[in-house]
Amino acid sequence: MSSAFSAINTIQPLHRTIDNPSVSPFLGSTHKLRSFPACNRAPSASSIRRQFSVVAVSDVVKQQKTKSGSSLSNLLITKEEGLELYEDMVLGRSFEDMCAQMYYRGKMFGFVHLYNGQEAVSTGFIKLLTKEDCIVSTYRDHVHALSKGVPARQVMSELFGKTTGCCRGQGGSMHMFSEEYNVLGGFAFIGEGIPVSTGAAFTSKYRREVLKEANSDQVTLAFFGDGTCNNGQFFECLNMAALWKLPIVFVVENNLWAIGMSHLRATSDPEIWKKGPAFGMPGVHIDGMDVLKVREVAKEAVERARRGEGPTLIECETYRFRGHSLADPDELRDPAEKAHYATRDPIAALKKYMIENKLVNEAELKAIDKKIDEVVEDAVEFADASPHPARSQLLENVFADPKGFGIGPDGRYRCEDPKFTEGTAHV
Amino acid sequence: MLGIVRGRVARGGVNASMTVRDALNSALDEEMSADPKVFVMGEEVGEYQGAYKISKGLLEKYGPERVVDTPITEAIDHIINSAAKSNYMSAGQISVPIVFRGPNGAAAGVGAQHSQCYAAWFGACPGLKVLAPYSSEDARGLLKAAIRDPDPVVFLENELLYGESFPVSAEVLDSSFCLPIGKAKIEREGKDVTITAFSKMVGYALKAAEILAKEGISAEVINLRSIRPLDRSSINASVRKTNRLITVEEGFPQHGVGAEICACVVEESFEYLDAPVERIAGADVPMPYAANLEREWPSHRVQHSFVYTNVKVERSKITFLLF
Repeated sequence: MSSAFSAINTIQPLHRTIDNPSVSPFLGSTHKLRSFPACNRAPSASSIRRQFSVVAVSDVVKQQKTKSGSSLSNLLITKEEGLELYEDMVLGRSFEDMCAQMYYRGKMFGFVHLYNGQEAVSTGFIKLLTKEDCIVSTYRDHVHALSKGVPARQVMSELFGKTTGCCRGQGGSMHMFSEEYNVLGGFAFIGEGIPVSTGAAFTSKYRREVLKEANSDQVTLAFFGDGTCNNGQFFECLNMAALWKLPIVFVVENNLWAIGMSHLRATSDPEIWKKGPAFGMPGVHIDGMDVLKVREVAKEAVERARRGEGPTLIECETYRFRGHSLADPDELRDPAEKAHYATRDPIAALKKYMIENKLVNEAELKAIDKKIDEVVEDAVEFADASPHPARSQLLENVFADPKGFGIGPDGRYRCEDPKFTEGTAHV
Repeated sequence: MLGIVRGRVARGGVNASMTVRDALNSALDEEMSADPKVFVMGEEVGEYQGAYKISKGLLEKYGPERVVDTPITEAIDHIINSAAKSNYMSAGQISVPIVFRGPNGAAAGVGAQHSQCYAAWFGACPGLKVLAPYSSEDARGLLKAAIRDPDPVVFLENELLYGESFPVSAEVLDSSFCLPIGKAKIEREGKDVTITAFSKMVGYALKAAEILAKEGISAEVINLRSIRPLDRSSINASVRKTNRLITVEEGFPQHGVGAEICACVVEESFEYLDAPVERIAGADVPMPYAANLEREWPSHRVQHSFVYTNVKVERSKITFLLF
């Protein structure tokens, strides 16, 4: 069984010069990389061979290369696929922009974390999944939910705290769940979703092997950031997933910043993809601002997981155009860095690619832009018009079996009393 | 071992006895055989037969896919922040049918970090159900109920109780036996004072009640069984009968289970109380290692407490009685 990840070459799109590591840039960051002891910096041939596998070039791409001999991403998508990707990214971008507007108008409140700039990762990965595949995300989860298929109306209502939201207004911005589309959250603590996603992958394997459900081959994607990769839970889950060959893909959205903490100030070795081979799984680094590259690697990793070959760690170099949250003044990031990544806007890049390769024309893309504007406007109107949760909803959904509220003074379970959810002070 | 235990009891016949360890083991075994979706996962549950031998024999019977030895990890965060809250945050879409079980509270000489009672900590979390069995009957019935329950249950056992034997009836040994979650048990009826306790402390409370009975004081001992939800209705009914309440627990006194019981009785049965509620708990310090200090740890708190009753019960006697 051949796997594209079994090659030995390491890809190095990093812009670092080895001779003077202490003052070189890291990826697109304008921060200087700290100097490291020499032994860490120049991988010898033998150490490269020892590394398990790190490759971003799939068999498919290699095939295309030999066929056409032209640029890497040529003919990788059809027109329909291109339009689907474009529409999904534009939806993500417009939705998040609308969130910012609504927040400043007071319709949305609390913590809101926007995804602008990172759309290529969400679209590139999630559009490859089936409805039964699961995703688990962080607090920056609106666009993951949208890409997975949760209707914009439901997400917007949830953000407004209305009862028509995907979690009836009980979750909020940071806790998007959808049973129908298998979005398993939405977690506020960093790294919290990783064990949950590992468990979801375990379920898929358990169903197939113990309960003998032959078609249980759901893959789980775990999305998290660079800061999380210094967290203990991350390592524990890499270990378990590799140990048990779970059908999971760990997707690191490395946007170089954990609120105001630069990835380079926080991490001893900032190349996160290397942590995969340390646990016995392939580690891959890709340009997360290019949706086609993301899609190629994602396809490989998801299929690997589905075949039962185990997990993959994929580090996506990406960037958030806005602050960490809407309350973040975003003063620590260098405007030059922001400008650099603005030139790599994934939506603009895809648009340019599709037009240059004559897959679509301007008018078709404009039509999609307009359609998405209408979808987002409609979502806002729907959310505005939706009712707030009834007071009785406060006590609902704490338990799947609500007997957990205990026994009332009459000696019967409280939840059996028809008046139980009226009024709130008597729990 | 399981076959022998079950064979020991004739239908409607002789009363057998069973250790808490066997009770838990048999409950796990029966629930796993009844439902293939039930599996056990944890440190040393498989080849080691359980860190305290509770899951003995299960690996052999069900295989490594259903009795999963895991790499070691320490994580209270997920119990509180994702298990307890997922059903609520997702508005009922994602339920968490899991049981977190293991020893709670002090053993003997295991030091401060292995001796804390977490009943009050977990009992404060909405979204969790928290159970604390005492006898083998409690262990079997509550564990079966917990496994069948679709919500996260924290099942607090006690290491020192594992080896203790209790009588069990044929009904308890039946594989469909189950106890309701949220219902306390009146272990001993009485009319002068109510003593509430859970887990290991029930044993002490019963001994104390015996000694008080010789003095002519009839104590009612309530085995809480369920910390969350607390069976407030049974506790209040009992206090309304006896008019006096002592709460006993192993954990730290501040913000403890006893504090919650006291508050609930004061709220609901204030006029019925003839004396302030008395709380008896562990000393407000981390558990010391030295054997003599460990022995002093629970009674140290008691010396600073006293019981207001019309009946003459001396301070020192209560100290002696309970520990």
